[in-house]
Amino acid sequence: MPSVVTANRLTDGIVVYLAADGQWTEQIANARVADDEAETKALEAIADNAVRERLVVGPYPMAVGLKDDGAIDPLSVRERIRAAHRTTLTKDWYDVPL
Amino acid sequence: MYRYDEFDHAFVNERVAEFRDQVERRLAGQLTEEEFRPLRLRNGLYLQLHAYMLRIAIPYGVLSPRQLRQLAMIGRKWDRGYGHFTTRQNLQFNWVKLVDIPDVLAALAEVEMHCIQTSGNCVRNVTADPYAAAAVDELEDPRAWCEILRQWSTLHPEFSWLPRKFKIAISGAAEDRAATAFHDIGLRIVRGPNGENGFRVLVGGGMGRTPYVGQEIKSFLPKEHLLSYIESILRVYNLHGRRDNIHKARIKILVNALGIDKFREDVEADWEATHKDAIDLPEDEKRRIMSYFAPPELPERPARDEALAARRESDPAFANWYKHNVLPHRVPGYASVVISLKEPGRTPGDASSDTMDFVADLTERFGHNEARVNYTQNLILPHVARADILELYEELAGAGLATGNNELLGDMICCPGLDYCNLANARSIPIAKEIAKRFEDPARQEEIGKLRLNMSGCINACGHHHSGNIGILGVDKKGTELYQITLGGNPKDSASVGTIIGPGFRAEAVPQAIDTIVDTYIDNRHEGESFLETWRRVGAAPFKEALYGAR
Repeated sequence: MPSVVTANRLTDGIVVYLAADGQWTEQIANARVADDEAETKALEAIADNAVRERLVVGPYPMAVGLKDDGAIDPLSVRERIRAAHRTTLTKDWYDVPL
Repeated sequence: MYRYDEFDHAFVNERVAEFRDQVERRLAGQLTEEEFRPLRLRNGLYLQLHAYMLRIAIPYGVLSPRQLRQLAMIGRKWDRGYGHFTTRQNLQFNWVKLVDIPDVLAALAEVEMHCIQTSGNCVRNVTADPYAAAAVDELEDPRAWCEILRQWSTLHPEFSWLPRKFKIAISGAAEDRAATAFHDIGLRIVRGPNGENGFRVLVGGGMGRTPYVGQEIKSFLPKEHLLSYIESILRVYNLHGRRDNIHKARIKILVNALGIDKFREDVEADWEATHKDAIDLPEDEKRRIMSYFAPPELPERPARDEALAARRESDPAFANWYKHNVLPHRVPGYASVVISLKEPGRTPGDASSDTMDFVADLTERFGHNEARVNYTQNLILPHVARADILELYEELAGAGLATGNNELLGDMICCPGLDYCNLANARSIPIAKEIAKRFEDPARQEEIGKLRLNMSGCINACGHHHSGNIGILGVDKKGTELYQITLGGNPKDSASVGTIIGPGFRAEAVPQAIDTIVDTYIDNRHEGESFLETWRRVGAAPFKEALYGAR
């Protein structure tokens, strides 16, 4: 199953994903997708190094789906909420369907 | 209200400087996350789902306009313009940056606030009846005792590393409005055998995965011995509480494992051996702290306001708000006013920075410079002249803050749930919103009457689902959010833990299930009977039949 590596950025705690260029991105759309276990391990190694470099906290790989157009689809409710980065301040919002 | 003295100011500022240094060392790589985590938690800083969350203590739920404005400023400058009032009379900011936290703490210290002991295995913010010094049924103001406990418990060397967190609530009124029976220690101020006030002490109450109603350990504790007796409770807990299993570490587990009689025996033995004089507060120090809590001087105002009476006749929306959100005050001519943070469509307990500024203005214009936070996640102006209520209402209505649902179904307690919390298994905010939409019609809520609906997004029960007349608990069942419903919980006197009524419901089915439960109550109730009374009389059968009969 395809997966991406996610974490929280150390300085502000914001949800980030390991991107194709080795940087960390807030947009899951820009995350680098690992297609198999070996690739996932390689991403995790990069993430572990980012922890040592004090870029991120608590990285972990998460399974994702890939839509027909290649868009990355977080599978769990939790990960859909994380990817949305949204507040609950506004009245009558809801963009993750019940 | 209490004002910091020189020592308090110096202590809090030193803590800010200490944490500033710790943050700098973390960012510089001198501390790992494992090393830093317990330090940040001691300062109320969590790393949640989306970002860092800062939990700010609001001691006994009292806020001055200056503090409200500072909180508003912090929300605007360092967060996303809003905060969340919690069931422990705290305020949480959800999007603060680690690099900004030292400045946020410094800003809090300017207005005599801090985040010390809002996390960690220590004595947490002591909570109180939000109508203290205003309620008609109050025997004694509990806030001074909360302050005494706060000062005593802050960095208490013996109790800084307890087996688990420790929560204390105090009520000085006939009606329990502080859920004292669901705290590690619940204190009720009661009249003693010689007519003097003292404490009825409950111990071992709590929510979480193993909910218990607190049991009476002492029917009457003379007030002067509060600190020494609480120390003895904590000492027995600290010695014998379990540290091998986080789920069995709270005092409620120890009390129920030993039995209340054995636990009491151990506490009494420790107390007997204690040099009480060395621990109990000297009388002059008690008087010093008490002096900060003198009730405000309320000038005489008319007890009856004709315009108010006329408006109640002519304006059903106002009449509804007045009926539920305006509470009697012990001084004639005054009332306490609940500012609902439960407008349908909004997140229960959330308040924008603009709202905080606005309420600060209202406290100055109408509220004798004081606001309160209720554990049910609303704000309260405890001292409002009845003659000012119409004007206050107009202001509130103009700001969308005049929802007349205090203690009704729409006044739901709701934890942040999976929308924010790392521990959550399911969302609670959108469920609360869907239920609010279903019951939006005030006439429907009026028909139902008082009803406490509480919801948590996980078993840790921050949303107090166990004590809801109707409780909703979100769980994760194989990747699907599922909601268990409990009935018959009660946070007040004759407190009780709700009973699971049957299999859980999918999110989209919850509002209909609540509707069915409410209809069953209405169909079965005798005249004037509350939900709890009906539940206790008819039992689970009619509710089960209505919910699951067709299955």
